[in-house]
Amino acid sequence: MQTRSLPSRHRVLPVSARLPARPSIAEASSIKGGQGVTSVVSAISQENDFLNAPHAVGGPLSGCTSARRRRLGLGVLGLLAGAVAMPARATAAPLELRVASFPDLDRGVRAAADAFARRHPGVRLRLTSLGVFDHHTAMTTALATGANVPDLMAVDVDYIGRLSRSAGLHDLAAAPFGAPAFARRLAPYALAAAQPAPGQQTALPVDLGPGALFYRADLLQRAGIDEAALTRSWPDFIAAGSRLRQASGTYLIAHAIDIARIGIRSGLVAGDGVYFDAEGLPLVQSARFVQAFEHARAARVAGIDGRMRAWTNEWTEGLRSGRVAAQMMGAWLGGHLKNWIAPASHGHWRAAQLPGGAFAAWGGSYYAIPRLARQPALAWDFLQLLVLDKAQQLKAFEQFDAFPSLLDAQADAVMDQPIAFLGGQPARQLWRDASARIAPTVSDRYDPVASLVVEDELMKVLDQGKPVALALADARRTLERRVRRRPAAAAAAGAAWPRGLA
Amino acid sequence: MRSASQIQSRPSARPALRRRLARWMPYLFISPFFILFAVFGLFPLLFSVWMSLHSWDPAAGLGAMQWVGLENYTYTLFDDAWFHRSMGTTLWIALLAGIPQHLIALPLAWFLHMQLGRWRNLVLGLYFLPFITSTVAIALVFGALFSREFGVVNQTLAALNGLPLLGAMFPAQPVDWTQPAHLPTMISAVVFWRYVGWNTVLYLSAMQTIPKDLLEAAAMDGAGPVRRFVHIVLPLLKPMVFFAVTLTLIGNLQLFEEPFILTSGTGGTDQAGKTAAMHMYSVAFAEGDFGTASAVAWLLFLVVAGATWLNRRLLGRER
Repeated sequence: MQTRSLPSRHRVLPVSARLPARPSIAEASSIKGGQGVTSVVSAISQENDFLNAPHAVGGPLSGCTSARRRRLGLGVLGLLAGAVAMPARATAAPLELRVASFPDLDRGVRAAADAFARRHPGVRLRLTSLGVFDHHTAMTTALATGANVPDLMAVDVDYIGRLSRSAGLHDLAAAPFGAPAFARRLAPYALAAAQPAPGQQTALPVDLGPGALFYRADLLQRAGIDEAALTRSWPDFIAAGSRLRQASGTYLIAHAIDIARIGIRSGLVAGDGVYFDAEGLPLVQSARFVQAFEHARAARVAGIDGRMRAWTNEWTEGLRSGRVAAQMMGAWLGGHLKNWIAPASHGHWRAAQLPGGAFAAWGGSYYAIPRLARQPALAWDFLQLLVLDKAQQLKAFEQFDAFPSLLDAQADAVMDQPIAFLGGQPARQLWRDASARIAPTVSDRYDPVASLVVEDELMKVLDQGKPVALALADARRTLERRVRRRPAAAAAAGAAWPRGLA
Repeated sequence: MRSASQIQSRPSARPALRRRLARWMPYLFISPFFILFAVFGLFPLLFSVWMSLHSWDPAAGLGAMQWVGLENYTYTLFDDAWFHRSMGTTLWIALLAGIPQHLIALPLAWFLHMQLGRWRNLVLGLYFLPFITSTVAIALVFGALFSREFGVVNQTLAALNGLPLLGAMFPAQPVDWTQPAHLPTMISAVVFWRYVGWNTVLYLSAMQTIPKDLLEAAAMDGAGPVRRFVHIVLPLLKPMVFFAVTLTLIGNLQLFEEPFILTSGTGGTDQAGKTAAMHMYSVAFAEGDFGTASAVAWLLFLVVAGATWLNRRLLGRER
């Protein structure tokens, strides 16, 4: 979990009101408020008999008899009851599409609002945006209780394993949705993560996070290190880091944990997940994990990492000041570097593929339609607009660096344009190439738990010198215990285990 | 036209109605509390007991609940190493943050009471300020203060390290406060800072009820401020100490916000800053196991109740 999702504000944003001319977002908001008040007031005055009855419009209270006061009191009670019951009767509810999202993904919804309003002039689009943690907590609660369920819900890739298996989501591969017809147009690896079973598709990817290596060309050049030295292999990468540290005292990477994160996500066997195989058994003692942990440990021993966890003050300052020369993350990091982390180092950064021929996904977002959605048809229409409309995909890419999941958008000429912040490098081509080469990975509902367990052990390896084999054996034991309710885990754990449920 | 019987029956019917109304009206008037309590207090409480006896992934909907009996409890008590670790951390932080709170608040309240005539309320307000400040803001500011590279705490330690004789007592290298050895200390510092003012207010208000003549008599007998504090004020404050320590115990054993924000929700390396309440949250929302999370909640409640009972045995006994 990261600090980027601090408790955030709840925003309700009516984008398009029932108006002849399409207003701006702010206008729609104020107009909607005004309409709401007006309709309730007029409904009360027209439809509540108590207001017109002679006993209710009598003189001041001081002049009332006790019987009259009682009747007046009852009248007021009746008026209140009428007012409470009124909105359902008086306001003919306009069609409303409720979308639940989180920043910055919600910007894509706003960007598509105009196009949606043109398609559906009578429909009001209501966006609820919470911080990424709060959003997923709210969605879990909504699916659990069936209350406040949106028509269209955003799901971050970290939560897709659990939520895509929820019985509360529509299978978009089935009629009347028919996602398979569009499946070939979207990045295959991202589609695979939202397939709870073969042939099922409970969410569609709206943006991707192909992993990339960003590095400071100027700092590396001064130390006589070229890009090939970074990307050839992990040992070369670590050796280059040592040379850089010796030459200038600069750390090559912020934290060794990044190396392990990439390592465990690359070179996956088709059909396996990151942490579990197709049968749901933990893979944490496989060669993939051993190598990833060993490389991370070697980086720590070589002293090339600054022990700065991502999104901390040290981390941003390290990247800003040039104390850290490289960062591996999703391609979207380029936007963060340019906008707020290190705008002063404009032109000095470059992008490259990950070291050792690794291709890994780093983030990405989905949209899903809950079974309790009131407007599934409209939600499906809006989902197609967000995901399958090239113009919208490119708009989101342009506005907040959401890398397109739509292959048509990836083929657009904008992908070949040079990026000034990266010294004029046409880096998007690299990311497009990376996204095509990321292996389709099966997600698992226990992925977040597994991630906690593995990173916990990794930190013990890095900070406390715990042997890798022992750490991974402990990780497996802990993981089997924590997923005790899964039949495979219970069977593997043997009879001594507290027997879980199917 | 009304018949005679109708006219006669009305006066007798109305008092009966009135009597009936008078009988039920009080219940009607107090019903809002009971309705609200039942909906927002009692129901969640009972539902969480019910949940703790089930296996339930909320994302799968209410229909996915499956009865498991006490398995969630036995698993948490005997098999969940993370729960054991988090309970240890919680108790450690509770002591580390709780004891200094009272050891400082008591003499501080005495000092404010005796020395700061009309400025007392202003100073008290300043001490109280952290209590009413947003936890998120506090934790973010302390996160910056304890930052390894740029934090004021480490810069101060580095400056102290440069002192001629005492310097050796302070670390030469910047302390990484996120490491397991230091993380509970950092969290405790934030909790201590936040609640010391609250306890000072409690103690000061209790001190103001101590009859002045007792203190004056002691002063005339030659007792100095320290002796008056130890032999008169402290014994009379015992009920308030019991109350304040009870609040600290309950608050510290349920600690969540400060460690959650300071460790970005992860609990830190080796889960050194993960409290039992954080573990409960993680089981519910990261692992999607609301049944076990409810069991953790009830076990934590039992620990809090046990600690409160122990405190009552130690401090709350009538003389």
